Amino acid sequence: MLRLPELEVVIADSLVAALTRLAEGRHVRALQGGTDLVANLKTGQTKAQTVVALGPLSELHGIDTSGEMVRIGAGERLVDVAQNAELQELFPALTYALARIASPQIRNAGTLGGNLCLDTRCRFINQSDLWREAMGGCLKSHGHECHVIPGGGGCVAALSADSVPVLMVLGAEVEIARLQDGAVLLRRTRVADLYDTDGLRHVRIADGELLTAVLVPKLPEGARAVYRKWAVRQSIDFPLVSTAVRLDLDRDGKLKQGKVAVGVLGPRPRLIPLDRWVGRPIDETLAQQVAAQVFDRCHPLPNVLYDHEYRRERLRVEVLRAIRTWFTPTAAAN
Amino acid sequence: MNRPLSSNPTSRDLHRIDVDDSPVDASGVVGSRHGRIDSLELLTGVGKYTDDLTLPRMLHCKILRSPHAHARIVSIDSSAAEGLTGVHAVITGADMPVRYGVIPWTQDEYPLALGKVRYIGDAVAAVAAVSEEVAKAALALIAVKYEVLPAIIDPREALTRKDVLIHEDNKHGNISKQVTLAFGDVDAALAGAELVIESDYEFHGATHGAIEPHCAMGHVDGKGLLTVWSTTQVPHYLLRELGRVLDRPSHSIRVIQPPVGGAFGGKSEPFDLEFCVAKLADLTGRPVKCLYTREEVFFAHRGRHPFSMHYKTGFDREGRIVAVDGKSLLDGGAYSSFGLVTTYYSGQLLGSPYVFPAYRFDSTRVYTNKPCCGPKRGHGSVQPRFAIEVQLDKAATVLGIDPIELRRRNFIGENSQTIGGFHVGSSGFLQCLSEVERASGWRHKRGNLPKGRGLGIAGSTYISGTNYCIYPTELPQSAVQICLDRSGRVRVFVGTSEIGQGSNTVVATLAADELGVELDDVRVLAADSDLTPVDLGAYSSRGTLMAGNACLAATRELAAKLREVIAKTWDCPPGDVGLAHRKAFRHSDLTVWMPIQEAFILAESQLGTLGAVGSYKTPTENVHGDYRGGTIGASPAYSFTAHVAEVEVDEETGEVTVLSIWCAHDCGLALSPTLVEGQIEGSTYMGAAEALMEHHRVLPSGLRSDGQKRETGPGVDGLLAASSLLDYRMPTSMDVPDLIALIVERPDPRGPRGAKEAGEGPLHSSIPAIANAVYDAVGVRIDDLPITPEKVLAALKRKAEVG
Repeated sequence: MLRLPELEVVIADSLVAALTRLAEGRHVRALQGGTDLVANLKTGQTKAQTVVALGPLSELHGIDTSGEMVRIGAGERLVDVAQNAELQELFPALTYALARIASPQIRNAGTLGGNLCLDTRCRFINQSDLWREAMGGCLKSHGHECHVIPGGGGCVAALSADSVPVLMVLGAEVEIARLQDGAVLLRRTRVADLYDTDGLRHVRIADGELLTAVLVPKLPEGARAVYRKWAVRQSIDFPLVSTAVRLDLDRDGKLKQGKVAVGVLGPRPRLIPLDRWVGRPIDETLAQQVAAQVFDRCHPLPNVLYDHEYRRERLRVEVLRAIRTWFTPTAAAN
Repeated sequence: MNRPLSSNPTSRDLHRIDVDDSPVDASGVVGSRHGRIDSLELLTGVGKYTDDLTLPRMLHCKILRSPHAHARIVSIDSSAAEGLTGVHAVITGADMPVRYGVIPWTQDEYPLALGKVRYIGDAVAAVAAVSEEVAKAALALIAVKYEVLPAIIDPREALTRKDVLIHEDNKHGNISKQVTLAFGDVDAALAGAELVIESDYEFHGATHGAIEPHCAMGHVDGKGLLTVWSTTQVPHYLLRELGRVLDRPSHSIRVIQPPVGGAFGGKSEPFDLEFCVAKLADLTGRPVKCLYTREEVFFAHRGRHPFSMHYKTGFDREGRIVAVDGKSLLDGGAYSSFGLVTTYYSGQLLGSPYVFPAYRFDSTRVYTNKPCCGPKRGHGSVQPRFAIEVQLDKAATVLGIDPIELRRRNFIGENSQTIGGFHVGSSGFLQCLSEVERASGWRHKRGNLPKGRGLGIAGSTYISGTNYCIYPTELPQSAVQICLDRSGRVRVFVGTSEIGQGSNTVVATLAADELGVELDDVRVLAADSDLTPVDLGAYSSRGTLMAGNACLAATRELAAKLREVIAKTWDCPPGDVGLAHRKAFRHSDLTVWMPIQEAFILAESQLGTLGAVGSYKTPTENVHGDYRGGTIGASPAYSFTAHVAEVEVDEETGEVTVLSIWCAHDCGLALSPTLVEGQIEGSTYMGAAEALMEHHRVLPSGLRSDGQKRETGPGVDGLLAASSLLDYRMPTSMDVPDLIALIVERPDPRGPRGAKEAGEGPLHSSIPAIANAVYDAVGVRIDDLPITPEKVLAALKRKAEVG
């Protein structure tokens, strides 16, 4: 069987201790649920000398819905966030998306912070040592060329986190901690700004930093979001198409503002504002136009294991179906 | 319960006989509702799988595998690995330079590659070390110099490329096996046919996906006895091949097969790891264990052969088949495996349940630089079954005949003969058709379903074991030893391989039924070559028929002895004595009975220790034709199946959802109905998964033919697209349809109590039933499996354009 390489395991007894170890560099990794990291360590695609287990840190836990910004600890398990009754009421699209991540077993261990920091995925990298050696490596694995885009200069492995598109359209932010002069310093950034186009390091979190919480603003009157995921299987799979749509309507049911977020493209998800359609009623014409716009602007790559041209077409249909939930009562909403 | 013994104890007191005063139940165990006898043991961890076993001082083995699809091995330097602390031995191809293979005529594999590697994953060297970690570190220190050769990935290329030979000493280039058989004047019949349907079909590769990875442990004791524990489903063939490759006499080898966590044909021949642990155990004097990674299971493969098929089928005006002409190209992968058999099966198993007045098949299996294909549930006949059943559906459409009716018209009949000379005995095929027609509501639903919904039908047949052993022999194919004693318990020693299908339960059911005990009173000891008689293994759905018959022979002999002894006591004819549910009783007066344990004691006291043996040899008369190849695929008895699938096709996404699937299967007689239903369900789901989802795909390089510009691709030939259970998409419990399993019983005189197979037949027709339902739903044919959303969408688009 696949064995975990020899590692130093540090159980962090304080946030300061955890941040101190994480500041040593990339060879020290934060471990929460471990559902992504441990698998990647076993196949050798992630190399680490030390993992810092964050389980005991109270700073990473808790769900607080009292303020205008709902705070969810990064260490909260996916199952607990997805099944939280208040969150289901406030952000049904988010809890729906989280309930579709992987499988019950993974959601029982994996955390919200972990999903946001999920490593990028690619059919040329999520393979065994032997496979990658046989291939001759790639930009992300002891090699120098990209097999997704021949001649491409940057890694285009796909962001495959179900939580991200929906958090983007909700305007969520993340709280990131680091140490300065021995004290914990917090910064905040929008989820929409958290990701970079470099598949080798797509999360803009520096060495020594740690994602501690997700903050989601409560939705104004008339606003709603919908998440759509497509994968071959109903369980286990990472998304092959992942998109969230948010529409804010005025009192007459016309579009006040809207956006579409799309994952599983490259390392960075795409956020598409729907300003062109402000003032328009939400109907099939609008749905078709928005879906066509998303189709034009998004080009899924042959980076994950499914026909990319179909994924593009399927993305169009999923956006269409998401918008139809506003005017077709029978269409499945979240 | 704790009665003190009286000063003059009765036999009942002495032996603590359970006296159950409830009325006699003469119904027996056969056909009753019961689960598997071993499930509790396995679920609670009491039962030990191969990887659960450890021995003192045990070493761990890891195998170095080729990163090239096709290469000559120039040199191997293992000195650095041997020098690593904790490494006890390193072996390479030169240590076991004997070819093996499950079919004696096509042995073309070495335990570790000698001279050449033929696919990415081919075994090159093996290490025994104190831990898996050290063994893995040692692999990295073995320096192998390769001369990389051009690889063949496309089977069509295997036919044409003369410059690349995967097996240089093969007489027929890259052709592994070619079979052409013709019966009747096919060309004339096609020329005179009212309708000829001619189509190409592509059946993709699929692997077994057993949850337990292959594992083996070897140990040589102080007296020189080699014991190999293995996840094999053919311990007898493994023992023979270990003897040949390691040059050991049979009496110095013991093969034990612990419970197996799924096999489906993927463990039905020896593999590199078994030879490696045996050799390493011999060299190091310590037990050695090897457990495959999931990727290694994908390398070992032996899965469903990809088939490219071209079928011409002629029909008369009433939809009766007048001729079938099938041509198939089988992509065999790097080695022969069962390929000779697969090639014959691809044609021979198609001759029923429909009459073929004229039939020709031409099947060619080629070598390619990919993991080797072999037998997967429904070996060799699932692919042509897909083609012919879609052919029939196309004819029904053109001729305007209900597709169930068309199948009825073509039924071959009971006690008939296929055009290839196979004797078909019992057949419940018509009942299977009627059952799925009734249960699915076919008559009122077909043609009346909402847009995007459709119904499809398909039928099939399969063997209950092959009539002949893989090696020529007059010896029994299965055997049972059975004992009972004063405890009231029964011991059955049997060579069959329990791989999750329930073969131990089947023999226990027969033994309990014949000897009048409960299932819980039967202990089955299986598949240990030192303790149990020889059985050829769990393949070709042979277990129930062959081990069942052997078990019946032994138990009936014992039951006759019991009846005789009891009859004397009761002064009645032996035929009046019944044995059931822990009681012996008089059929003519059910108030006369004694506990079965008392009957056993009576018999033991009069006859001495009670035991019997039984064995089974297949029939020699009226089974098959007597031409070359006419025996391959022949079986003592055949099962029959029909499926109806109801699907929904999303015309916007192309996605196909199977809403419900009905499967009626004629298993002769259901000895254990719950197990039969389990096999129907497992088979049908596995078929549905192959129809829609699973794909064992080997990638060509991303190089264009000019060798210059690059397309998307890995840059080298022969990598697996999916080598994990995440990427290889087997359905989860969330992805399988509603399934209605219907048992049809048409007892066959050659089966034990009439029983035939149930483990593989119910897979076949699920795939064409789904394909035919897709056509019924949206009017497009996907003849290229799997039926994926992008193919459906493209076909719908083409249809809309054509109008």
